[in-house]
Amino acid sequence: MPKDNGIGASSKRREDVRFLTGAGRYTDDLNIHGQAYVCFLRSDTAHAKLASVETDQASAMPGVLRVFTGADFEGVGGLPCGWQITDRNGEPMKEPAHPILAQGKVRHVGDPIAAVVAETAAQARDAAEAILVDYDEMPAVVDMKSALESGPLVHEDAGTNLCFDWGFVEDNREAVDKALAAAHHVTTLKLTNNRLVANPMEPRVAIGDYDAATDVSTLYTTSQNPHVIRLLMGAFVLSIPEHKLRVVSPDVGGGFGSKIYHYAEEAFCTFASRQLLRPVKWTASRSEAFISDAHGRDHVTKIELGLDAEGNFLAIRTETLANMGAYLSTFAPAVPTYLHGTLMAGNYKTPQIYVNVKAVFTNTVPVDAYRGAGRPEATFQLERVIDKAAREIGMDPIELRRKNFIEKDQFPYTTPVALQYDTGDYAATMDKLEEIADIAGFDARAAESKRNGKLRGLGVNCYIEACGIAPSNLVGQLGARAGLYESATVRVNATGSVTVMTGSHSHGQGHETTFPQVVSDMLGIAEDQINIVHGDTANTPMGMGTYGSRSIAVGGAALVRATEKIISKAKKIAAHLMESSADDIEFADGQFTVAGTDKSVAWGDVCLTAYVPHNYPLDELEPGLEETAFYDPANFTFPAGAYACEVEVDAETGKVDIVAFAAADDFGNVINPMIVDGQVHGGIAQGAGQALLEHAVYDETGQIISGSYMEYAMPRADDIPDLIVDHSCQTPCTHNPLGVKGCGEAGAIGSPPTIVNAVVDALRRGGYEVDHIDMPLTPYRVWEAISR
Amino acid sequence: METVNLIVNGSAFSGEVEGRKLLSDFLREDLRCTGTHVGCDTGQCGACVVHVGGKAVKSCSMFAWEADGMEVATIEGMADEESLGDIQQAFQDSHALQCGFCTPGMVMSAAALLDENPNPTDAEIRDYLEGNLCRCTGYHNIVKAIRSVAERRASAGAA
Ligand code: FES
Ligand code: FES
Repeated sequence: MPKDNGIGASSKRREDVRFLTGAGRYTDDLNIHGQAYVCFLRSDTAHAKLASVETDQASAMPGVLRVFTGADFEGVGGLPCGWQITDRNGEPMKEPAHPILAQGKVRHVGDPIAAVVAETAAQARDAAEAILVDYDEMPAVVDMKSALESGPLVHEDAGTNLCFDWGFVEDNREAVDKALAAAHHVTTLKLTNNRLVANPMEPRVAIGDYDAATDVSTLYTTSQNPHVIRLLMGAFVLSIPEHKLRVVSPDVGGGFGSKIYHYAEEAFCTFASRQLLRPVKWTASRSEAFISDAHGRDHVTKIELGLDAEGNFLAIRTETLANMGAYLSTFAPAVPTYLHGTLMAGNYKTPQIYVNVKAVFTNTVPVDAYRGAGRPEATFQLERVIDKAAREIGMDPIELRRKNFIEKDQFPYTTPVALQYDTGDYAATMDKLEEIADIAGFDARAAESKRNGKLRGLGVNCYIEACGIAPSNLVGQLGARAGLYESATVRVNATGSVTVMTGSHSHGQGHETTFPQVVSDMLGIAEDQINIVHGDTANTPMGMGTYGSRSIAVGGAALVRATEKIISKAKKIAAHLMESSADDIEFADGQFTVAGTDKSVAWGDVCLTAYVPHNYPLDELEPGLEETAFYDPANFTFPAGAYACEVEVDAETGKVDIVAFAAADDFGNVINPMIVDGQVHGGIAQGAGQALLEHAVYDETGQIISGSYMEYAMPRADDIPDLIVDHSCQTPCTHNPLGVKGCGEAGAIGSPPTIVNAVVDALRRGGYEVDHIDMPLTPYRVWEAISR
Repeated sequence: METVNLIVNGSAFSGEVEGRKLLSDFLREDLRCTGTHVGCDTGQCGACVVHVGGKAVKSCSMFAWEADGMEVATIEGMADEESLGDIQQAFQDSHALQCGFCTPGMVMSAAALLDENPNPTDAEIRDYLEGNLCRCTGYHNIVKAIRSVAERRASAGAA
């Protein structure tokens, strides 16, 4: 029976009403009295010394309040990097400065050189055009191989374009070499993971608002994690202590990773507002977003998989070049390392694994986490090479995967790349997939496609991800410069309603609906009696925000802990009211009872007593009913699943149509099935975009070719088929109180290899000897592969 | 400056606007109807779709003065005091929105589609939404929501 309330119910989203009526409050909807507007002048050259930046004419233009250049930011901190990698030789990564406005040199198209603050946005734009920049152009380097071999240095002071050379696990290196040398069969695949732009539909916005009367700066910003921005910007950039800095992220129109990072524009608006004593607002245009939002992926990889004569996996070795772009974005170094190398075991019991990653500076926009972050890169290589291996050894790809699955009774399972998977049942998700995708009926559908002149292909793959980021002590050892706990304050009001303040942030995930479902179940009060407050550092406890599918697994766990504290205190109050011992109090459905008696008091009476403590054990207990909990997870969570895709390829044109897609996921327990379905749908569409359409392309001079929606192909409604999603296979997480694993990234991780596997399958069924095509599989690339 | 007279969601507005001001900016800045969103600068995302003279248009692709003398409908006018309009309700019921940023444009496009074609096939819905990007939902539930409105309207009409 589907529930209609609490955990497991598809409660309708309460936030929808404001979004559907135009009453949402996104950052650009905020206008502060007296605000001025910023326009950034950005480099149109990928690599140059700035001979001069002439601002006199611009400063004299109508409405201009001030023109800022790099000189105004001498002595101000640069943008910090939140993760330090130690390389194979024990050396720290190269960590060049990342100024707010360029200091003497620009390193990518879009690097901000100057900023005009004016009375209106149009005046700021006009004046920015009047700034004269004299560039001493330098050769640019875009390609990672050239950057390492001979390229000009992006950062002269680093002395190299190699940010780090990382081995994981370095001690496994020789054993893996030996295992591969001795393997019966080795399958090798070279591939790229295409560069992407996250493209949340809401462009970034920042408003700095300094109040001289209180000396408090407020930053309104489109962020996934306002507390993290406050910490980074306050402590490392502008030296504003936290109690004088408030960061607010109101409704945010999607993030997908790109709104995790601390960006120069946020620091600029905060800084300029303090200088000018005016609120200062910046709203990105979409073309600006393409050259200033951190990009995603951009890996070039060689992977080798060794197998024995029966098809058992023996060893995996990978070599990857990972593009960092021109500067280190906030979490950039973590993505190709601990979010990627640690996932190379996938769902399989491969005993020996070695991952090598070289991170490279180039004259491109910084690259950082994008939905999935490292895990899609790992899954793509692994699942592509397994498909190729299956073909080479003549085994069915599903059978080969099943043969190598970690088995249900092997959990907890420690992989050779340092993770301990707590629980899972990969055969069950594969069984479910075969059922919902009707794999048995594929041949008949392929025959039908053939009659219509199309090549039909089937692609299947599995994925695992590590989410619920993360145990702070563990990530601290691995180089994280922050803790990764989450927080919740549960404030029970005097009349029994509840306000929850959370450090998580919702930018589409529906926390305002799902978090009350959890509390409602625990307290036995209606969901509409519970309200969620998030996104404002002034009224939420310090939390690390929302990314890495962590909100319900970590933030939800904090919420449970805080609510447990509430119940424990409420029991003491109830015990006092019923003149009994707290140990004898039972609490269910909003009623406190004394075990074995008919004595009871209602939730509402206890709440009122807490705030009107006339009859109250004041010598033992404080009045009030409000508790905070910080939850630091014991381990990652490990959602996993199996995906299938059917494509039709037109061999004449190379056009690929996704005609069917099915996903069988294991997310552990599920709070709101409707929302989970939606998360998977969206992830699959983004993965389909990566597989078939999206590509951030630079020419060799460092100009971005795909800098607008005219050239960067986003998935549209007619690119995506109806999606079949199922999450009925559930192996609850063993180490968090809700047994949840997180679902936000699964679709984007699992779908790209599925789609590419399907296209390669279609072509081979058509008699074309194609082993691999690099994403995006545009008609041209497919046609080219066919014609080779 | 240009003089404009127009009716937005039933209320008359007359005044002056800068010649280069886009209709989207005029709605957001001058009328504070911030439900109309701006997601791009190339007329490619559809977040800004409103109805002008009964037709769906991208309000970032026309000047405010071009709407002079016209009736403009925005997302703010789609619900009455008590309840959501049927398309809005279907979007909530079908979970056809996540971050909500594309949603106003989607709803306005869906309304125009159903005016033009009360009983569209899924393929026709997907085709019509070509100009509306959504990065969150994968479109599956948006198509489902629009289909459900068409069905409900058809059965209400038949009854
Ligand atoms: S804002 Fe009008 S189409 Fe994108
Ligand atoms: S709901 Fe976020 S873009 Fe559509």
